[in-house]
Amino acid sequence: MAEAFKFELVSPERLLVSAEVESVVIPGAEGEMTVMAHHAPVMTTIKPGVVTVKNASGGEDRYVVFGGFADIVPTGCTLLAESAVAVKDVDRADLARRIQEAKEDAADAKDDQSRSKAEQFLSQLTTLEGAILPA
Amino acid sequence: MPSLKDLRNRIASVKATQKITKAMQMVAAAKLRRAQEAAEAARPYSERMGSVLANITQAIGGGGDAPALMTGTGKDNVHLLVVCTAERGLCGGFNSQIARHARDHIRRLLADGKQVKIICVGKKGFDILRRDYASMIIDRVDLREVKTLGFVNADAIAKKVIHLFSEGAFDVCTLFYSQFKSVISQIPTAQQIIPAGVASAPAAVVDGGNAVYEYEPEPGEILSDLIPRNISVQVFRALLENAAGEMGAKMSAMDNATRNAGEMINKLSITYNRQRQAQITKELIEIISGAEAL
Repeated sequence: MAEAFKFELVSPERLLVSAEVESVVIPGAEGEMTVMAHHAPVMTTIKPGVVTVKNASGGEDRYVVFGGFADIVPTGCTLLAESAVAVKDVDRADLARRIQEAKEDAADAKDDQSRSKAEQFLSQLTTLEGAILPA
Repeated sequence: MPSLKDLRNRIASVKATQKITKAMQMVAAAKLRRAQEAAEAARPYSERMGSVLANITQAIGGGGDAPALMTGTGKDNVHLLVVCTAERGLCGGFNSQIARHARDHIRRLLADGKQVKIICVGKKGFDILRRDYASMIIDRVDLREVKTLGFVNADAIAKKVIHLFSEGAFDVCTLFYSQFKSVISQIPTAQQIIPAGVASAPAAVVDGGNAVYEYEPEPGEILSDLIPRNISVQVFRALLENAAGEMGAKMSAMDNATRNAGEMINKLSITYNRQRQAQITKELIEIISGAEAL
């Protein structure tokens, strides 16, 4: 059994998780990463995706996050999410609305840079939808 | 001298008013608790945000790649004031305190020859500031329909501000709100959000000490993502503090009103009783003197 470390998932509205965990999978901006105890200090932005938390007491929790960033130090990991919900409570309509908005953004984008950014965001959202729909 | 009937009506109406203020006080107390809980629940996020921000600015070390939102435009000509007040009145001096604070600030800026633009959040502030500075109000945000303040509300306001900034509509942005100190005291506060006042948070908060961070992507990029988010968080915090403050102010205002009504009822009852007694005495005298005359 791996060593436990402190993990906190915070959204602007409240503190969702504050617990001892074994590992956390974070959808980092430049690829998914698994954080375990004694991780080198990293600060990364995160993209919309699923955070998988493996509790020290066994069992897994999954949360959907929409953007934010993570602060990782050897003794713990803090994830500041723009908005976060447990996968089982995800509001499909809300997700659909976000996707719709992203589509509009992509369509309205004026220059290539902002368009590619919007399209990237859109694809992240659709991947996310695909990942949680069967659940 | 009012008649007995008038007095009776008066007492009845004051009693009705007292019932209403009492009910409002209780509603405010319940809402205050909820608002306080919301404000407390939001605290961890803004605290962490502060420490992370302090950390990352330290890493960048005032390098040239700090985003404009942080460094400002280098000018100081056009000021944007975001004035957050309540949507409803009947909360004592709460709204007028914030408005007065903002007005003092505006006057100072105008005296210095600066240009001022105002965004009003909440109806009451708009009503007050409209009297003197109607031409400066460029926008107002209505939160009347909002039942529970969410981060999205704050985010929308922040996006609006950032959008204006990127268009070069202003140089400095200041947020006006009321800090919730306790139920009986709210302090009107001005807080500059653009350019962001940096690193007021002690850097030692993070338990990694002076560990060398790895950044993914580059610190500059993270920072340019972080700063707009930080502005949203500041606005959100201001809104939550305001909500709690409003309820606190309403509670004490209604408590005062209830007590006042109680005093008034006492006074009126005494006058009523005296007058009734006087009338009875008068009638008795009439009867007795009538009997004596026989």
